[in-house]
Amino acid sequence: MSADSSLSKVTVNPAVDGSELIRFDKVTKRFGANTVLDALDFTVSSGKHVTLIGPSGSGKTTILRLLMTLARPDEGTIRVGGEYLTHEERGGRLVPAGEKHVREVRKNIGMVFQQFNLFPNMKVMRNITEAPVHVLGLSADEAEERARGLLELVGLTEHADKFPTQLSGGQQQRVAIARALAMRPQVLLLDEVTSALDPELVAGVLDVLRDIARTTDITMLCVTHEMNFARDISDDVLMFDAGRVIESGPPEKIFNDPDQERTRQFLSAVL
Amino acid sequence: MTGPLWVLLLKGAWITVQLMLYSAALAAAVAFGIGLARTSRLWIVRFLSGVYVEFFRGTSALVLMFWLFFALPLLGWQLAGLWAGTLALGLSYGAYGSEVVRGALQSVPAAQREAAVALSFSPWQRLRKVILPQAVPEMMPPFNNLLIELLKGTALASLLSIGELTFEAKLARLSTGESAQVYGIILVMYFVIAFVVTRVMRLLERRAKASVGQASLAGGGHR
Amino acid sequence: MNDWSWDYVGDIMPKLLDGLWVTVQATLLGSVAAFALGLVWAIALRSPSRWVTWPVGALVEFVRNTPLLVQLFFLFFVLPGWGLSFGPLTTGVIGLGLHYSTYTAEVYRAGIDAVPRGQWEAATALSLPRGRTWVAVILPQAFRRVVPALGNYVIAMFKDTPMLSAITVGDMLFQANSIGATTFDYMEPITVVGVLFIVISYPTSVLLRVLERRLVR
Repeated sequence: MSADSSLSKVTVNPAVDGSELIRFDKVTKRFGANTVLDALDFTVSSGKHVTLIGPSGSGKTTILRLLMTLARPDEGTIRVGGEYLTHEERGGRLVPAGEKHVREVRKNIGMVFQQFNLFPNMKVMRNITEAPVHVLGLSADEAEERARGLLELVGLTEHADKFPTQLSGGQQQRVAIARALAMRPQVLLLDEVTSALDPELVAGVLDVLRDIARTTDITMLCVTHEMNFARDISDDVLMFDAGRVIESGPPEKIFNDPDQERTRQFLSAVL
Repeated sequence: MTGPLWVLLLKGAWITVQLMLYSAALAAAVAFGIGLARTSRLWIVRFLSGVYVEFFRGTSALVLMFWLFFALPLLGWQLAGLWAGTLALGLSYGAYGSEVVRGALQSVPAAQREAAVALSFSPWQRLRKVILPQAVPEMMPPFNNLLIELLKGTALASLLSIGELTFEAKLARLSTGESAQVYGIILVMYFVIAFVVTRVMRLLERRAKASVGQASLAGGGHR
Repeated sequence: MNDWSWDYVGDIMPKLLDGLWVTVQATLLGSVAAFALGLVWAIALRSPSRWVTWPVGALVEFVRNTPLLVQLFFLFFVLPGWGLSFGPLTTGVIGLGLHYSTYTAEVYRAGIDAVPRGQWEAATALSLPRGRTWVAVILPQAFRRVVPALGNYVIAMFKDTPMLSAITVGDMLFQANSIGATTFDYMEPITVVGVLFIVISYPTSVLLRVLERRLVR
């Protein structure tokens, strides 16, 4: 990828703006002929809880996948904490980053998936401790202590010795939240975390997330169809349509008095 | 059948088992190496490993064995019969096994790899901690079938005059003239070895499944 | 170490091609035997009577779990003693057909099982006779899945035909060995035989994969 005009304006090693944690600059992502994100710009400040809403296929999940480096942008740059995510600076120029750089930046980011994606070959405790031990280099005792604290937070202390298949969907998702938090990420990505759950299990998972939003200073980026939850926890809501942010603002504004007709239509369809 | 002839056949059976175990060890190494190579990100690695598989699946194990035994010495390497047999069987069945390994690796959902990426595991950690533990139980039933095929393949080594079961049976037939009896007995011996192999593999499969929390799913046979 | 001689290859080629013709005959005749016998086993194994399924099941398991080579020796040395004298090629075809019928039986079983149960029930609801149900409803649907799998066993059988050289059938390997035994130079004949196997079996298996994609959807 060549450094286009938008990149040349970027100063080398910019001072982190204090509050700005995530920055998308002219990010474009295509799947074949389909442009999912179209020169997208947006920023998220440290400690904020941001919810992405919009019709399906509007590119919300792609944003999370780009941040998690599960996909790479076709154009543009993403920075987390001032560090380029999929680029490196070499000799004052931006080049696509090697695996090592990506892995280093990735450690600041955690993700909870729609389908939980717990490792079925590991018991609950090991699902949570495996990465802290083998990626962060914690001792087994430290990791286990951390895991016990998190299991208490998500209300699953007594299930530490079970395999994921022995838990309900809601319990699995709470383990997945604990697993992501055990890495102490700066940013937590939540990708439709309640969509795969039976209705009666949704509340338990959302309660845990509300707790986390209230009691930690972790930055949360959340794709959800649970509008009441979005209203509760969000500092900002971004409305997506066709690969662009068409409107953003605090939840009271977006949910009660949106500026865009498109937002109004979307909300009346889902609420 | 007299006592000495039984000793002859049992000695042959022991060589057969050894030949099977050596070849299986080589085949397993090849299967994992080539199977992993076929999922590589580099096209050249995928291509070369694909050529390996098509080559060894395309040729006849017996012809390969003869080639290693008769033709290689002319190139300056003299292989003892047992090693020509082990090499031919291991390389051939390794090619079949690599398809099993590849299939099992691909059967692990992509979401598992993504979850491992999200936890910052290195590629090697992803493979060792997440993908392989889930893939290995899937491999056990087809590996069992291949091991039986391999056991049957060891009989080919008799044509290189390796003193395994089929070769000793030939000697026994020549000395007694009791063809029906001798070959009937060794067919049963092969069947018994195959039976034991299958039992052991089932046990290993159950173990592998229990270690990844699938114990409850292990019952009721695998398809 | 001696050098590869193309002249030598040219000299031995006619004999090796004679062997190839025998190999092809054995493969095709063996396939016909295996297809027919396998269908017999598959249908017998669906019999409601345990007096049929048990012995047939035991025979199939036994034949599948023991080496073809030993089975060939058994047929070759034992059958004449029972008054059944066949030529080596016929014996080889019987051996191949019997051995591979235990695999084709499994192919048929899987193909038949893959036909949805609703098809049997619909046939019953229409009061179709059992024979008609098999011929008009079940087998045509099983056919799509069965053909590619059977094709793979034809290739496997092709690659197993060199075993027939052990019971003096004049196949490719037999020819290569007899050439080597007179010239003391095995390099060219055995290499050519190996190459011929790949040259035939690889394109065939590619064709089969194409066929499989067409038939199984």
